Amino acid sequence: MKRFLIPLAIFLVLVGFLGVGLRLDPHEVPSPLIGKLAPDFNLPLLSDASRHFSPAEMRGKVWLLNVWASWCTSCRQEHETLLELARRGVVPIYGMDYKDQPADAQGVLNQAGNPYVETVMDIDGRVGINFGVYGVPETYVIDKSGMIRYKLTGPLTPENLEGKILPLLKELQK
Amino acid sequence: MRKWLLIFVLWLPLVAVAGEAKPLAQDPVLEQRMISLSEDLRCLVCQNESLAGSRADLAQDLRQEIREQMRAGKSDEEVIAYLTQRYGDFVLYKPPVKPLTWLLWFGPFALLIGAIGGLYAYIKRRGNRLADESLSEEEKKRVATLLGSNGNES
Repeated sequence: MKRFLIPLAIFLVLVGFLGVGLRLDPHEVPSPLIGKLAPDFNLPLLSDASRHFSPAEMRGKVWLLNVWASWCTSCRQEHETLLELARRGVVPIYGMDYKDQPADAQGVLNQAGNPYVETVMDIDGRVGINFGVYGVPETYVIDKSGMIRYKLTGPLTPENLEGKILPLLKELQK
Repeated sequence: MRKWLLIFVLWLPLVAVAGEAKPLAQDPVLEQRMISLSEDLRCLVCQNESLAGSRADLAQDLRQEIREQMRAGKSDEEVIAYLTQRYGDFVLYKPPVKPLTWLLWFGPFALLIGAIGGLYAYIKRRGNRLADESLSEEEKKRVATLLGSNGNES
């Protein structure tokens, strides 16, 4: 009997490892920027290229930075969720238009609605590199001290909004 | 005068071509350094491709970034530090040895040592068991008959 228990135990351990492996997303790269100050930038606004926005202006506020682009199809998926979040008014959402043409980006906002307080234009993607952007859409939760507390790679869904982001915002806004 | 003008006009296309066919890399040494460094770096978009081989947009941007930093006199270590600060150890095909990666680096050796130990213990136990098995008097007699001797002769 004992002879069968050992292979069975090894088999169960293997199944356990494989089971966990199935749930992991290999495309999700843990960001080294979590718990660090958000990289500084000063980028022109989509609405008015003569005005600029810098994260320093948001000191003392919890805010979201959503990296998107008009060419990014999964950004359209999360657009409705972003609009819904903006309607609730719980947190200011700033957009970063990543490697895009301003006219195309403005077209998307005109057509699908604008969830952003402002959108900045990172046309050459240099600021995106500083944030470690590798797959749009990406959403960063930034706290009152300007520290990145959470990063979501991939589209925002009602599930991860309710399950992770809203509770975190509530805690950070205390 | 006409001859000189003709020569001048005929020369023009050559100048124009020379201007157009700029080499991709202005500095082949630097380009080579960039490529050999980025061969050990992972492209984050297509994760099984190196940064050197990937045609993803981000990989091109990062290669350009590496190129510029090298031109600015940064060492390979500084460029790698720049990338790991933003993308984490994930960009490195050869992860650094640190507590988090101990299992990765030493796990296979630990497994090998464990397996050798297990094999050694198993062989030893088996050897002991075989050595312990002595023959009873009756069996000895049977052995002797089968071998065709009385068992006392050497």
